[in-house]
Amino acid sequence: MADETNPIRRRNFLVGAGTAVAASLAQPVASEAQTAPAAAPAPGDQPEPLLTLTATEHAFFAAAADTIIPADELSPSGSDCGVATFIDRQLAGAYGAGERLYRDGPFAKAKPEFGYQLPLNPREFFRAGIAAANDWSRKTYSKDFDRLADTDRVAALKAMEGGTAEFAGVSSRGFFEALLQITMEGFFADPIYGGNRNMASWKMVGYPGLPATYREDIKKYFGKKYDKPPHSIVDFS
Amino acid sequence: MITLKETDAVVIGVGWTGSILARELTKAGLNVVGLERGNKRTPRENFTIPSVRDDLKYAVRQELFQDAQLETVSLRHSPDETALPMRRLGSFLPGTDLGGAGAHWNGMTWRWLPSDHNARSHIIERYGKNAIPEEMTIQDLPVSYDELEPYYDKFEKLCGVSGKAGNLRGNIIDGGNVFEGPRQNEYPNPPLAKSLAGTIMDQASRSLGYHPFQAPSSNASETYTNFEGMTLGACEYCGHCERFGCEANAKASPNVCILPALLADPKFELRTSAQVKELVYDKASRKVTAVRYIDTRSGEEYEQPAGIVVLGAYVFNNVQLMLTAGIGEPYDYKTGKGAVGKNYCYQVGAGNVTVFLEDKEINPFMASGAHGVLIDDFNGDNFDHAGLGFFGGAWIQAGPSNGRPILTRPVPPGTPRWGHEWKQATAKWYNHAFAIGASGCNYAHRENFLDLDPNYKDALGRPLIRMSYNFHDNDYKLANYISGVLGRLAKAMNPTTMSTPAGIKGDYSVVPYQSTHNTGGTMTGTDPKTSVVNRYLQSWDADNLFVMGASVFPQNASYNPTGLLGALAYWSANAITTQYLKSPGPLLHA
Repeated sequence: MADETNPIRRRNFLVGAGTAVAASLAQPVASEAQTAPAAAPAPGDQPEPLLTLTATEHAFFAAAADTIIPADELSPSGSDCGVATFIDRQLAGAYGAGERLYRDGPFAKAKPEFGYQLPLNPREFFRAGIAAANDWSRKTYSKDFDRLADTDRVAALKAMEGGTAEFAGVSSRGFFEALLQITMEGFFADPIYGGNRNMASWKMVGYPGLPATYREDIKKYFGKKYDKPPHSIVDFS
Repeated sequence: MITLKETDAVVIGVGWTGSILARELTKAGLNVVGLERGNKRTPRENFTIPSVRDDLKYAVRQELFQDAQLETVSLRHSPDETALPMRRLGSFLPGTDLGGAGAHWNGMTWRWLPSDHNARSHIIERYGKNAIPEEMTIQDLPVSYDELEPYYDKFEKLCGVSGKAGNLRGNIIDGGNVFEGPRQNEYPNPPLAKSLAGTIMDQASRSLGYHPFQAPSSNASETYTNFEGMTLGACEYCGHCERFGCEANAKASPNVCILPALLADPKFELRTSAQVKELVYDKASRKVTAVRYIDTRSGEEYEQPAGIVVLGAYVFNNVQLMLTAGIGEPYDYKTGKGAVGKNYCYQVGAGNVTVFLEDKEINPFMASGAHGVLIDDFNGDNFDHAGLGFFGGAWIQAGPSNGRPILTRPVPPGTPRWGHEWKQATAKWYNHAFAIGASGCNYAHRENFLDLDPNYKDALGRPLIRMSYNFHDNDYKLANYISGVLGRLAKAMNPTTMSTPAGIKGDYSVVPYQSTHNTGGTMTGTDPKTSVVNRYLQSWDADNLFVMGASVFPQNASYNPTGLLGALAYWSANAITTQYLKSPGPLLHA
C-alpha cells in the first residue's frame, strides 16, 4: 500500500505518460470502456509537467473532471480533454495569484449575496479546498477522492454540491461551485489554454468557434443547422 | 507633486462622454487635456482576430474591465448594516482604458420615453398627487424629450444606430417602436438581419396583440460614415459584443466613432495611465481650480490647473470625486437633506424565461449584442398602472446575443448541472433554445444611495464608494408583473419545454451579472437642494465643473443608459460652447 500514498507513483498511474495501458487503467468503469469516446483526442504526445499543482491536487482535479464530464459518446472525459492541465495553468498564472480580486481586509463571513469574501486567492482557495475535501473523503470513504470508485465519486460531489459534506474550515458548497466553474471553463474555453483538446466540447454542442464572421451565413443558415467544423484561435495564429 | 501649466479644459475619463466633450470643446477653440486612468487602446492594435475571440480572457477573466483589485465598491442592503467590498466584479462591469465601457458594451441605444423624462410630474398628473409613495424619491429630468430630441438624433448619427422608427414626426409606423417619442429623422441605418429567435418573438408578440420591433442597435447593419468622417464597418454577427472589442469596427465606440478625429487634433492632449485622485475645490470662488492625478506608471503626482473641468468618469468615480472634494452637500437618508450620492439606481430584471424548441435551429452564435426583437407594451407608463401597486415597467426582449459556451449553454429545468445527463441535455439543447429577458425601471428609494465607506480603501488610499442598495416593494411587484408577461410570451412560442418565470426574489446580489447600468448620485434637477447639477449638467456649487454620464440620472428608466447619456453630453457641450464660454459663471440661478 505504500505505493498508493506515493504521489509520484499515483500521478503516473492516473495520467501515465500517455500510454494506452495507463489510459485504460485510468478508466476503470465498464460503461465508459464499452463506449468508444467520440472524437477521442490523441494521447498527449509530450509530457505535461505541472506548473503549480501537487500530484495529489492534480489527481483530485482529474478525478473531479472525469466525474463532472464523464467519457461517453459525446466527448472524451474531462481529464482526457485537458481540464486538469487547464486548471494547473490557470492557477499557476495571474488568475491563480488573485488578479482582479480585491483582497484588503477586514474579512467577514457574509451571506452569498455579497459574493466571495475570503482572503485566499484562487490558488490558495483550491489548495485549502482539496485538502479539506480529501480529509472528508478519507473520513467518509477511507480514501482520497481520486481513489474512490465512480459511484462514490458521484455521491461525494453531490454531497459537496448540496453542502452536506462537512469540511473543516471550508464551505463544501462554495468549494464545489468553484470546482464546477473552473472545470467547465477548462472544458469549454479555447484549446489554447490546455483544455478542450481537439475542441471536443465545441464539437459536442455544435459551437463553430472562429472566425465567427457570419454576415452571409446568418441569412444562408437562417433556421438551418450550421454544420461546419469548429476552429480555434490556434488555427488563425 | 508637479504643477503643470494651466489648460483651458480638462476632461476626466476618456469614454463616451469625455470624448464627446473634448471634441466639442476643441472645435470651439479650447485646448483640452484628457486624463484616462487606463491604457491607450485602439481597435487596430487591440481588437483583432484571432485573439479578440478569446472567450476566457475577455468574457470570463474580465480583461477590459475596471480592476477590482485596485478599485471597487462596497455593498450593504440597508443603512444599519456594515458594508462589504465587492471583491470580484459580477453584477456590473465598469470599463477602463481608452474608450471606457463604450468599447465593450452591447450597443443598445435608446431614447427615454417622453414620460420617462418627466416621470414624477407625469405620474402625479395621471394617478394623483398622493400616488407616489413617500420613500420613492423620483424626480423629473429637467430636460424634456422635445428639448433633447436633436441631441438624441446627433448621438444616434455619431454611432450609426441601426433600427426602424416607430414614430416619425407623429406618424406611427408598424415594425418600429410605436411607443417612442416623435423623432425628426429615421435611424441612420436599417435594422440588423433578423434572427430566427427574433422572428419567433415577433410572431408570438403579435399573436398576443403586442407591438414588436428590432432593437435599436449601435452595431452597424451597413458600412456607415458619421459626421466626424469616421467609418464603421458592417456587423459580422460574430456573437462577441458584450465584454469584447469589435474587430469589424461595426460596434460604435469612442475608439471608432470619435477618438481618431480627436487624437489628430493638436488642441487635444491625451494622457493615459493618469488616474485622477482629487478635485481641487475653491469653495469661495465656486471653482474647481485644478485636478490632481497620479501617473500610475511612476507614482508621480501632478496638479493640472484648468479653466473648465469635465467629470466624465463612471458613476462611482464621479460620486467619489465629488464627495472627497466636498462639492455639494452629501445626502443624509435620515433627514432627506443633501443630494450628492442620492437616488442611486440600478436596473430591475424579471428573471429570464428560456424557451426550448426542439425543431428549431437557433444558431445562437450568429448574433450581435443588440440583436433581439422587443416589445415596449409594458414599459414605463405605456400601460395603465391603476391598481397595480407599482410604477414603471420594462422592455422585453427575445433572441440571443451570443452562443459562447463557457457562459451560454441552456438546459431545461430539472437537468443536473454535471454528469452524463447534463452532457446529453447540453448537446441536445445548445442550438435549440433562447431566452426571453427584461430590463426594468428602477425608481429611486430613500434608502438607496452612495456615500464613502469608512472601512475599505482603494489602491490610492481613498475610501471606496459604499452602496446602500436593495430592491424594494416597487421593484418586486414590477418584476413579478413583467415575469407574468414573459411567461405568456414563452407559451405563445409553443416551446417543447420552458423554464419557469421567476421574477426577482430575495436581496440584491453582487454575484450574477445583471447589468452595468448604475445611475444617480450626482443627479440633475431644478433645485440645488435636491440636485447636484443643473439642467446643463453644471455643478450648482462649482461653476466651471460639468458632470457627465449616468450619474446625473434622477432615477433609472428601463432603457440602457448610453443613448440618454450621449444625448445629454451633446446638450451640455452645446450650453458650454454657446453660453458658458461667452459668460463664464452659473448658467442658471437657483
